[in-house]
Amino acid sequence: MYKIIAKEKLCPVVDLMEIEAPAIAKKAKTGQFVVVRVDEVGERIPLTLADWNAKKGTVTLVAMQVGTTTYKLSCLNAGDSMPDLIGPLGLPSEIENFGTVVCVGGGVGVAPVYPIARALRQAGNRIITVMGARSKDLLFWEDRLRSVSHELIVTTDDGSYARKGVVTEPLKEVLERDKQVSRVIAIGPAIMMKFCSLTTKPFGVRTIVSLNSIMVDGTGMCGCCRVSVGGATKFVCVNGPEFDGHQVDWDLLFARQRIYCDEERHSLELWKTRQCQHA
Amino acid sequence: MEEKPKAKLDLNRMPMPRQDPKVRAKNFNEVALGYTEEMALREANRCIQCPKRPCVNGCPVYVDIPDFIKAIRDNNMPEAVKALKSKNSLPGICGRVCPQETQCEDVCSLGKKGAPIAIGRLERYVADWERNHASNLTAPVELPPSTGKKVAVIGSGPAGLTCAADLAKMGHQVTIFEALHVAGGVLMYGIPEFRLPKAIVQGEVDYVKALGVEIRLDSVMGKLATVDELLENGYHAVFLGTGAGLPMFLDIPGENFNGVYSANEFLTRVNLMKAYLFPEYDTPIKIGKRVAVIGGGNVAMDAARCALRLGADEVHIIYRRSKVEMPARHEEVENAEEEGIIFKFLTNPKQFIGNDQGWITAMECYEMELGEPDASGRRRPLVKEGSEFIIDVDVAVVALGTTPNPLIPSTTRGLETRRNGTVVADEETGKTVKDRVWAGGDVVTGAATVISAMGAGKRAAASIDAYLKGK
Repeated sequence: MYKIIAKEKLCPVVDLMEIEAPAIAKKAKTGQFVVVRVDEVGERIPLTLADWNAKKGTVTLVAMQVGTTTYKLSCLNAGDSMPDLIGPLGLPSEIENFGTVVCVGGGVGVAPVYPIARALRQAGNRIITVMGARSKDLLFWEDRLRSVSHELIVTTDDGSYARKGVVTEPLKEVLERDKQVSRVIAIGPAIMMKFCSLTTKPFGVRTIVSLNSIMVDGTGMCGCCRVSVGGATKFVCVNGPEFDGHQVDWDLLFARQRIYCDEERHSLELWKTRQCQHA
Repeated sequence: MEEKPKAKLDLNRMPMPRQDPKVRAKNFNEVALGYTEEMALREANRCIQCPKRPCVNGCPVYVDIPDFIKAIRDNNMPEAVKALKSKNSLPGICGRVCPQETQCEDVCSLGKKGAPIAIGRLERYVADWERNHASNLTAPVELPPSTGKKVAVIGSGPAGLTCAADLAKMGHQVTIFEALHVAGGVLMYGIPEFRLPKAIVQGEVDYVKALGVEIRLDSVMGKLATVDELLENGYHAVFLGTGAGLPMFLDIPGENFNGVYSANEFLTRVNLMKAYLFPEYDTPIKIGKRVAVIGGGNVAMDAARCALRLGADEVHIIYRRSKVEMPARHEEVENAEEEGIIFKFLTNPKQFIGNDQGWITAMECYEMELGEPDASGRRRPLVKEGSEFIIDVDVAVVALGTTPNPLIPSTTRGLETRRNGTVVADEETGKTVKDRVWAGGDVVTGAATVISAMGAGKRAAASIDAYLKGK
């Protein structure tokens, strides 16, 4: 069992969990993920590490409530335990001194961008961060990202906070004004990562995205997470999760993310109904 | 069953009672129901206790078959259990999934004149008897004093469990590292409930634990710790029983459409994650109306029969050779046929066809014909030009086989691998070219059988023991 030692509500639909997992914390590297199973009938889902602390022996996960598993997760509190936490999985991010790097985080993708931006900063890069959310109440970790960035631009789709609009607009402006940018890291909803990749393509700036496909085992066993990158089939779990955004077949990713949308809706409705009956 | 006059030699084996095909095609309960005491006695009485005992050498782990059969006959079940388990720590599993027809039963002396003894069914009978009777009827496990030597076993499938059990019986301290959240490897994620109930696997895993073996779940070795780190941190030897877990795909157009599964994914969702109980269990699976399973091995049979039980109207097995070349066990093919699985032989997919939502709708296939024998000794399937035809399907399962996961070889210094990803190890001892590291089972041979993996685990345990005692 893996004990939750701290929980924080980052916004109404996003929770942070700090979980005891000393062996994973000792080995974790930037950009890697873990697979979690929340209870004995639970499915296995991947979550990219939002942080870890080898000394303390903990990993930090940030999850948005979207399906049964993340809703169940949000019901757990400090002191509770979950049966399974598996990792660290996937390949680590490439961290070196590239020069100037733009880090883009959208929605809950802000969480996994943070340790990458921090590592890139420590490696000597100049960090320009663009973070965005649909509205003010969905924004979190502005302070954390500011602390690792030389420049921070915040957007909200509805203009309820900071700059109104989506992240691709400031991303384009930064690329137009700063020819030193040698790399872009974009993490967020698949649609955001697609449009970030389309935005950077004309500038010829290498763009790394962290794909969030459906997985079962997370170790290369099932192939559920397969994507097409540069025309070749890759497994996100072992060949990724980070890939060249200009090479990803986004339409295939979108389609494969929707495989179980009917079942997921049904499962969540059933869970919510049962929660109400318990309440 | 008709009564036969008692002859000196009874050449007909006692049939195995099974669930009715129409009923079982709609449930995940075990198909074969097991012998009753009368049935087991009658079958055991057929054994002539021949002095040559060819069956023992037909068994990859050399179970003293005539001895446990004699004990059944003598109505001494605790003795039968003892005789069986002295060589085989997982008899409930082997009695169900071993291909006895090509091993012990193939060389049975009775086989020259009639049906060989149903050794597998009797093995299962003994294992189930033990499980159903209070364990105090059988002697508790006696372990030798501890040698103080620590061995790490990576993978808790048949090879790892067997190796760990044998090492524990030799007095060594064994820790198994398992990547998944349950122990058992392919026995849990691969073989379906209706062929190998998970409670049986759990029972035999518990037996291995009772021998003092520690099992650490959720431990992906190569990521959480490397083999070299294990060797540096107090383990005197390491056994790799990591299996062949990577699915092979056809590499044809359309293979990434929604609804196209690897057999590994399909079976893992059903067996390990219990998707057949969705939404009580959270893991979903697409229930096809018309399902095609590509391949002719046991895994293909398992996937097809799972698809049927999930509620498919029609399930096709698409195999590129003919029935005689199918690698699946005859019994499983027969079971599948009885349940209504449709076999399309000499057929091979050319491409998967999908709709604009990214879902598979059909498969375009070639008709095949058989040419000269290939390296495997089987006749090579050749495409009949211009023979393309369409089969409408909404779920397809690719069951072409599996290769070893590179996670361990790629993170271990000085391990030798072949081009297909298998680890090079001595056939007799399982010793790899790396100091203090042994390997066995599918990770060495490529996908094979449960019992051959167990045999490899056993031989490696003996070799590790000799090494540790010589130190």
